This record gives sequence, C-alpha cells and structure tokens, in this order.
Amino acid sequence: MDMAQKVSAETAPGTTPGATPDTTNVLIVGVGGQGVIMVSRVMARIGQLQGFDVKQSEVHGMAKRGGVVFSHVRFGPTVWSPTIPRGKADILLALEWAEGLRWLNYLKKGSGTFIADTRHIVPPFACLDRTRGAKLGYLAEPPGVVLDQVADGYALDATALASALGNHRVSNTVLLGTLSVVIGFAPEIWQKAIAEMVPPRTVEVNLKAFEAGRRWAAAARENPESAREHTLRKPAVLPELEARDFELRITPEWCKGCDICVKMCPERCLSLNALNIVELTEPDRCTGCRICEWLCPDFAIDVIKTLPETASR
Amino acid sequence: MNISSGEPQAPRAVKASSARPMTGNEAFARGAWEAGVKVGAAYPGTPSTEIMENLATYPASDLTAQWSTNEKVACDVAIGASFAGVRALTAMKHVGLNVASDALMSMTYIGANGGFVLIVCDDPGIHSSQNEQDSRYYSRLAMVPTLEPSDAQEALDYTKLAFDLSERFESPIMVRGTTRLCHTRSLVRVGERREDAPKGFVENPDRNVMMPSNARASHPRLLERERNFEEFLNDSNLIRWEPGDTKVGVISLSTPYTYVKEVIPEASVLKLGCSYPLPSQIIRDFAASVERLFVVEELEPLVENEVRAMGLTIDGKKFFPRVGELSPELVREGFVAAGVLEPEDEQPGFDVTDTPRPPVMCAGCPHISSYLSLRALDARVMGDIGCYTLAAVHPLRSIDTCVAMGSSIGNAIGLAKAGGERRPIVATIGDSTMLHSGIPALIDAVYNDVDITVILLDNQITAMTGGQNHAATGKTLRGDRVHRIDFVDLIKAIGVKWVRRVDSYDLSAMLKTFREATEYQGVAVVISDRPCVLDPVKIRGERMEVDAASCVACQACMNLGCPAIMWSDEWYDGHHKVRIDPDGCIGCSLCAQVCPTNSILAISN
Repeated sequence: MDMAQKVSAETAPGTTPGATPDTTNVLIVGVGGQGVIMVSRVMARIGQLQGFDVKQSEVHGMAKRGGVVFSHVRFGPTVWSPTIPRGKADILLALEWAEGLRWLNYLKKGSGTFIADTRHIVPPFACLDRTRGAKLGYLAEPPGVVLDQVADGYALDATALASALGNHRVSNTVLLGTLSVVIGFAPEIWQKAIAEMVPPRTVEVNLKAFEAGRRWAAAARENPESAREHTLRKPAVLPELEARDFELRITPEWCKGCDICVKMCPERCLSLNALNIVELTEPDRCTGCRICEWLCPDFAIDVIKTLPETASR
Repeated sequence: MNISSGEPQAPRAVKASSARPMTGNEAFARGAWEAGVKVGAAYPGTPSTEIMENLATYPASDLTAQWSTNEKVACDVAIGASFAGVRALTAMKHVGLNVASDALMSMTYIGANGGFVLIVCDDPGIHSSQNEQDSRYYSRLAMVPTLEPSDAQEALDYTKLAFDLSERFESPIMVRGTTRLCHTRSLVRVGERREDAPKGFVENPDRNVMMPSNARASHPRLLERERNFEEFLNDSNLIRWEPGDTKVGVISLSTPYTYVKEVIPEASVLKLGCSYPLPSQIIRDFAASVERLFVVEELEPLVENEVRAMGLTIDGKKFFPRVGELSPELVREGFVAAGVLEPEDEQPGFDVTDTPRPPVMCAGCPHISSYLSLRALDARVMGDIGCYTLAAVHPLRSIDTCVAMGSSIGNAIGLAKAGGERRPIVATIGDSTMLHSGIPALIDAVYNDVDITVILLDNQITAMTGGQNHAATGKTLRGDRVHRIDFVDLIKAIGVKWVRRVDSYDLSAMLKTFREATEYQGVAVVISDRPCVLDPVKIRGERMEVDAASCVACQACMNLGCPAIMWSDEWYDGHHKVRIDPDGCIGCSLCAQVCPTNSILAISN
C-alpha cells in the first residue's frame, strides 16, 4: 500500500478501520556512528510537520561502541506506546545490511516495506574463529533472499551513492531520500527537516544525497528489477580444510621459560610446567594459529602440518 | 482526581504546531527551569545524564547546573540550596540513588525549605547498568512522595508540580523516569519560567539538625505528611480515572500506562501519576466499579502488594513479568494469558539469520593496551564501572570482577587481605570513577598497608556516559575553565609512594611499568595516560595499513579487539590475513607494535 494514500485517508475522521492502524510505524536501525538518530529525528519532525502526534524512542548507551542502534518512530492522530510491537512496523529502514535482518521480524509480514543499505559493516565478533579455513561470522542472507520475503523492498548501495557525492557518511540521507518516496509527503518538507537536523556545513551535500536516494527509488519503482541492485563483497572462500591437520611440537631443551608464548596465545592453551618449560595444556583449544611459533625467540615451538598440503596458498 | 469523560481518552493530545519534540530528559530539565530552579547538581549516569546537560543549556543567569563528584555530593548540594530557600534539583540513575540515599534518608526528616526534587531514572531491561533495581522501594524507605510521568509532557508537568508540592508539604519529592521515558521524544507544550524571591535560610536547629532528639520528633511528621499527601491526591490531576468497559479495570503508571492504552483501549483505567503514597479510597472505588482488577507496573509489584494489602483482589505479576522492561507485546500477552484479550494470529516469521554485534571498545581506545598488558601479566583484575568493563569479554578477557562504582580498589584490598592469591592483584578504575568513589578506597589501601596495584585508566573524561567533564578535566559542565586536579599530586598526597604515568600507546612501556608496579611491595599506582578517542574531541592520527605480502595471518593484532581490524580476502596457510579499515583506524599503532612480521605500517610510509 502506498503510505501517502494510507496516511491521508486516515487523517479524515471516521475512515479508520480496525483498532490501531491509524499509527504509522517506522523502525530505523543501524550500527553506532551511522546516523540512525539523525534519520529518526528527521522522520519524527516530518510527522510533526504533518500535524500528527509523534513518539520517537531510542536506546543508546552502548551506541558509540560499535553496538546495535535502533530507533522507533511512530506518528498518527494519537500515539500511545513509544515502541513498535514486533511485527507491526510499516517500514524498516536499515543503514546496515545485517542490522536490517536482525530487526526484520518487526516488519509487517504482508504489507511492510524494507529499505536497506546493502553495505556490510563486519563486526569484530565475526572474525573470532582462528581455526584453519574459518568462515566469517557475518551470516546475513543476500538481498535476493530477503526481498523475496517482504511485501515491498528496496536494497541499495547507499554508501556508494553517498561516496559518489564525496562523503560516504551521508548514506543515511540517501536512504531518507528512498524513504521519502515510499512514505510520500512533499519533498520540500523533507528538505526542510533535513536542513534543520544536519550540521550547517553539510546541508548541501545532505540535500544532494536526499535527491540521489529519491532518484534511485523512483527508478526502482519504474523498474522493480533494479530495486534488487546490490553490490556485495563476496566472502573469501577456501576449499574445505581439515581443521585439525596440524600438531604443536615443543622442543623442551630450547625453551628458557620466558613466558612470551603463554601470554600471547589467544586461546590460552599453553602454560609453564613445574620445570618452567612450556606445555600444551589445552590441546583442544589450539587452533594452530602459529603466534607462539612466530614469537618464540628460541625456536622452541613449531606448528607442523600433519596432512599433505593441498589447500593452502 | 480527574475523571475523563467520553471518547477519545487522549487528554494530552497535543496540537502539533504549538509543541516541540523533546526527550523525557529534555522535558525534565525544562520543567525544572520553568519551576524556577536555582541550583541543579548531578553525576552522569545512563539514562539520566542528559537531564543536567539540558539544564545547563538554560542561561547561567537563571540557574547553576553542575557536575558533582558523585551522586551523594550532588544530593547534598541540592539539599544545601534548599536550606538556602531556593528551588533545587538533583538527578541520577537508579544505582546513583544508592550512593545518594544516605543524604536523602536524613533530608526527608528535615524536609524542604526551597523546593527539593530528586529525579531518579531506573533502567528496566538493564540497557546500560549493573542491576535492575526498582527505586520505588526508596520512596517507601525514605517516605518520599514519588511522581511517575508516562511521557515527556508529563515529565515536564510533573517536575514543575513537584517543586510546588515539595514546598507545600515541606518534603523532598522524587520523580521517577525509566530508560524508555528518558530517551523517548514526544511533543511537549512548554511554558514560561516563574521565579520566586528566595525565602532565605530559616534558622531552626530543631528541624535542621538531625540528632537523636530532633529525629525522634521528626519521624511522626513523616507519617502525618504521608497522610496529608494521600489526601491531596484525592483532588489531584495526578490521579486520572478513565472510565471504560467495566469488565476490566487496569491500574497503571509510567510508560506501561501507554502500553495499556495501546493494547486494551476499551478497558477502564486508573492512571496513577504518583506511586507513593497511593490514593487508597480512589483505588477502592475504582476496584468496586470493575469486575476484574489488574495492575500493570514495571519491575517490582509495589502498587500490587499495597492494593492487595487493602484487602482487594488484584492481578499483576501473575501475568506481567517482574523482570525486564515491559512492552506492548508483553502487556498484550499478559492480558491474553488472563483471558481478557484474544490471542492474535501468529504471524509467520521471516527466515533470516542474526549476526551477533556486541559492543566493543573503540579503535584506538587507550584502555586496550592496559588490558592486553594485564592479560600478559596474568593478573587477578578487579574491574570497575566504565567502558573498560568490555575488557571482560573476548578477546581481552582480562577483568575478573565488576561490582559497583569505585568498588575495584576495595575489592582488591579484600582479595589481598584474604591471602592465597598467587597472581598479582590489580584494581583498574577510570578517572571519573576514581574521583566518584575510588579515592576513599585508595586511602584505605594506604592506611591498611596492602600489596596491590591500581591502574588508573585516565582517559580524561567521563567516557561511558558520552563525555562529561569532571574535576580532573579542568572544565565544568558549562565548559568554564577551573582548577584541574592533578592525579599524581592527589595520589602522592594520600601517601602512595609508587606512582607513575605511562603512555597508553607504548605497549612495551606499559608492560614494563605494570610489571614493576606489581613487583613493588605496597600500593602502586600506574596512570595510563591518553585521552578518550571520542570525547571531548575525536582523535585522528596517521592511519595504518597492512602489507598483505608479508602478513602471515597470525592475527596477533586481533588480540587487541580493535574494531578497525578485520579479515581480508587473502589467506596464508589456511588462516585469514587481516586488513585495517581506513575509516575506523585512528593510528594508535598498537597493532603495529604487536605484529611479529612488521607488516603494519603507517600509510604515509
């Protein structure tokens, strides 16, 4: 359903069907530092400029530390709860791809609109596995899989569009442009709200970014296949590896008990024995990462391949 | 009491054009300003921090707004201002009230001269705290009337009203927020500031000096005050009876009230703007008017238990969880379980995968090298409250405990006194936390001659709450330059003989200094000395890059937990090589210092 029609129909009294559909719910999500709060404040301001009651609820605190950031924006004749119930968001706007997926179940299954930047911001948590041939812990499905499940979806490389304007940080405003096409309301109102919310020096580039997002969305509506446009970094793939094809060999006579390997082992699987000689005390945790081998000043540790070398390069 | 009649039940429906969007915290500050507050004092703590920050946006000619050393000092400052006959505000997070409670418990006996309002912000759901306590227990403990707004408009109105009530009943008044209220923006009609002539100090030692004979005389006054306040509630807009379907009556308050209105708009609702004392006669009348009575309140069943103690039949925590933050979904589920609402059709979920994204330390965070060094020393580390608590998790995993503000040093003393710990005992504490409550513990360590090492993580700001000044930044809340406390001088004055400052970005110096400190017999203090990379200014240095050709994929650099370092597309010997995100790197060079193959270089090289 076109949001603009929906909203205008419901502002006329007596035309609201059902119990609670008179509130428009927009959930805006991303990673700390991306500008989720700016986008949601613009959205809230737009709701207010349209004469609606508005609530915008965010939880920060951990936001600056690369964590998950989300903001609920609700507007309508009277808004009660500050948060959007699960499964009730009319629009989910994601500034980062995996974050869009994290919150997808907040979207109305049959009628919700999904708008997301396809760029991946890989969390450090995704790179923890040190075993051979480890796979990236960034598990998000590609755009095609997601767009097939939502009622209406837009996956765009907003960061690339923003970079083309000379400032990759305005990708959030590119997405606002796309959101404006989905929601409706006059572009001038959006431009006014954006100009109010962004730092004065960046008004011009933000308005350009807004236009870029609008143009992209308009083109996507003309040609739905282009709404599936995406650029994804393909995860590097290695042929299947036997994870435990190595062995740690310690030459006790060469170890002087300096402790360096014990301290620097990321899995903490080494320790010094009563004779002050290093021992592999937690062999199951050892990933064969070779830090101990590289750091040992006395060449007392070797990580030895136990299978014929076929896969490494 | 206010009985609203007919539909729609939206007495606060605000005409959008005349209103401005405000967070709960902005509205608290606005309400205090409009009430003519003269002195405001606080210590930062999520979710309350922005209250004092916003109060400081009003003219300095109108009021003083200050960061205090800790919540108790802030509370005492506000009490002093009340003694002086002006209106005073203090604001804190729930655990801050534990710190301030000692002063509050006596102040409630003395009572207010100038209006005294304490805003306490609870954190249901523990978004950013160490516990989930319900501060409304303090209302009863201190017998302090407590107002509970449900949105930003009420945050403003109730705060303003609280000052009037404080003077009328000569009582401290608490206003309780929650994370959801504090950080939700909604439309607020604002008013103008009123300013009364200061009443001046009232010389009345019988009342103002809390010694046993006076306190004995004051206690009955509290009981009388409780009765009077309850009587006042009978005619107050703080209590709103919203008639509806008489089959279901719901007593609710704070943000959960909005969830009730959202999910069961047809019910009769008794909206409480005050959670202590409770208007017992209105509650009895309301209970008599409905077939089934519920209470929807967040966290502890305080209203519920009191209503039950009145001899009424009521359901609350049987259907609505006692743990965590409520939501429209949970309130709906509760009413479904109670047989009041029909279950909604189960919406089939989307089939997608979650990528975990826990919070991490920032790229270039000066805490990283401290914890990497402590890990290398295999120390027993007592942690404290701050960003550095993140060092408890992968990959640094070097904090063993975290209790409360300033606890680390005391905990380390106890651990040392208990004996038997073979690892070096270290307390790690931030600069702001040290001033908050670490100093008395450090004095204790010197006094009781204990062998511990204290790492003062001096990033020169209160970082966790978003970058607030404190006594050792040399700046006030309003940014005015003042005397800057010198930690070395302070610590030496306490009697610590071994104090050293070390550059947090020099890993070998860190490790060496830490080793010497832990080997020293007695109290040793190391000051890890680099500013926070985010506040007060974002730090950008020469960015680093990885020479992929020589990288051997050992991932030693990833031991830092730096969010700017990630796997690249290349492999070496079955392991991922690394790359550095040029937008994230700030050039601290710690990764280059740990790289065994010297593959990490500044980009300009």
